[in-house]
Amino acid sequence: MSFLIDSSIMITSQILFFGFGWLFFMRQLFKDYEVRQYVVQVIFSVTFAFSCTMFELIIFEILKVLNSSSRYFHWKMNLCVILLILVFMVPFYIGYFIVSNIRLLHKQRLLFSCLLWLTFMYFFWKLGDPFPILSPKHGILSIEQLISRVGVIGVTLMALLSGFGAVNCPYTYMSYFLRNVTDADILALERRLLQTMDMIISKKKRMAMTRRTMFQKGEVHNKPSGFWGMIKSVTTSAPGSENLTLIQQEVDALEELSRQLFLETADLYATKERIEYSKTFKGKYFNFLGYFFSIYCVWKIFMATINIVFDRVGKTDPVTRGIEITVNYLGIQFDVKFWSQHISFILVGIIIVTSIRGLLITLTKGMYFVSSVLLIRMSMPLEYRTIITEVLGELQFNFYHRWFDVIFLVSALSSILFLYLAHKQAPEKHMAP
Amino acid sequence: MASLDRVKVLVLGDSGVGKSSLVHLLCQNQVLGNPSWTVGCSVDVRVHDYKEGTPEEKTYYIELWDVGGSVGSASSVKSTRAVFYNSVNGIILVHDLTNKKSSQNLYRWSLEALNRDLVPSGVLVTNGDYDREQFADNQIPLLVIGTKLDQIHETKRHEVLTRTAFLAEDFNAEEINLDCTNPRYLAAGSSNAVKLSRFFDKVIIPGFPDRKRFGGGTLKSLHYD
Repeated sequence: MSFLIDSSIMITSQILFFGFGWLFFMRQLFKDYEVRQYVVQVIFSVTFAFSCTMFELIIFEILKVLNSSSRYFHWKMNLCVILLILVFMVPFYIGYFIVSNIRLLHKQRLLFSCLLWLTFMYFFWKLGDPFPILSPKHGILSIEQLISRVGVIGVTLMALLSGFGAVNCPYTYMSYFLRNVTDADILALERRLLQTMDMIISKKKRMAMTRRTMFQKGEVHNKPSGFWGMIKSVTTSAPGSENLTLIQQEVDALEELSRQLFLETADLYATKERIEYSKTFKGKYFNFLGYFFSIYCVWKIFMATINIVFDRVGKTDPVTRGIEITVNYLGIQFDVKFWSQHISFILVGIIIVTSIRGLLITLTKGMYFVSSVLLIRMSMPLEYRTIITEVLGELQFNFYHRWFDVIFLVSALSSILFLYLAHKQAPEKHMAP
Repeated sequence: MASLDRVKVLVLGDSGVGKSSLVHLLCQNQVLGNPSWTVGCSVDVRVHDYKEGTPEEKTYYIELWDVGGSVGSASSVKSTRAVFYNSVNGIILVHDLTNKKSSQNLYRWSLEALNRDLVPSGVLVTNGDYDREQFADNQIPLLVIGTKLDQIHETKRHEVLTRTAFLAEDFNAEEINLDCTNPRYLAAGSSNAVKLSRFFDKVIIPGFPDRKRFGGGTLKSLHYD
């Protein structure tokens, strides 16, 4: 009886998520375009719905809502469906749409999309070999196999994104990095842009007139004047077309310059807006958050390095450790267990919400979710980990954390390098007269 | 030979409707082989015979400014684009016949371009919504061009063409529907070519207010050579 109630609750929430995903698709992602194939929208909403249900199940797990056995059942079912969609349907449809865009293969597109899907499966499988995830106890097509592969890809992507985000976020929010832009700078650039456009136009006018006179002369020469007439037309029209190619090259260079100027002007306008924004209340608030966040990011990078260098995997969750440290340092009487439970629950909630938001903005859907589950396990106290471990089998979690740290570090460092170079280049360009 | 005064026509529309292909077709009478994203603005020049076939025939250079981007761009990009909207003689609005949203966005495009020009004369626009009165006051000739006609199936053609006729009427403009990869739509003597040439003539006339139509003879004496 309770199983039925639980199931109906789950299904209603799934339908709600489906509707939400559908709306989001229409309003945000496809605001300026027209949806031609409704299949895409359906698949997106279905994947979104199932992914959200998975997170819902985690929350239920912590809050101990619903019957334990029905939770377990839904968990397994959800996982099966998501993996099915992820590994079978989505790649197949992606392949199908890619192939149908190529006009040559239009007739046999079903065949070619199957071929593409098989190639995808092959590489997907091959992905598992270098990593220590094969457990001899389970067969080939078991859930653990699929999850482990999806997990690897997902963890890599997430680490890349968080590495970049950890560096980019403080850079955008902190006004320390904003260059000073005056209206005069913008006007000067705009004048240069318009001058370049004028030069392009005058060159194109010359080309158009040359082409026209060539065309008219060509007509005159095309009179059937025999052998000598043809030779004459070859020698006399050659300089005209040579001239054209020369001017064309100049025009190409000028057009490239105009594109650069346009992008620079847009950049200056954007910087000016950011400067104005930073003077407002909201701007100052975000600026402060930016400093806070940058300290957190630096700490994370530091921890990742230490984890790798000292070959250590985090065993306790950061919140409990933080509270332990505060308690020992400040000597406050605290019921550690009680508070840590609630705080870690809130933390998990925030991670879930930002994960959902991050997911809705990036396109790495299902893999992102599955790997989030794997990593959330890290943040939760021991009791909660049992059910997840039970369902997901004997995956090597330590491996995932090491892998995450490595990719995170690599991504963060390369984004620091990239942003540094971009930041250095820009002011030099403006200094030039 | 050709006038020294500038004739500037903007080509506006959403990303991917085919503005660059259209401009290439109009200026070079050839189909564009490898269309790619337009960053910023690309200009091309069309040699146009004003009043072709009459004794007052004169050759003009018409500059076609193809401005890339979308209506939903960041305001920094919009401010940068605004620098191209100065002293415009005519506007060609391009939309994709297979994509309804691109037709709807044409209202916003025209407002973006016209507001820039109307401000000096003191006409204030209070909201971004389309208001026909603003267009009634407008002196700048408009032309609406629908692209990718070949991708519309025969059965849907009538419905699509009625919709675009309403659109053109809203702008008080002529409309041309074509396929930019097929030069035969603009072949000399076709109705499309006539509409195009009439549009360019309209663009040229208001630019030279001293060229009032007194009669045939006086025009020749006002040529700048």
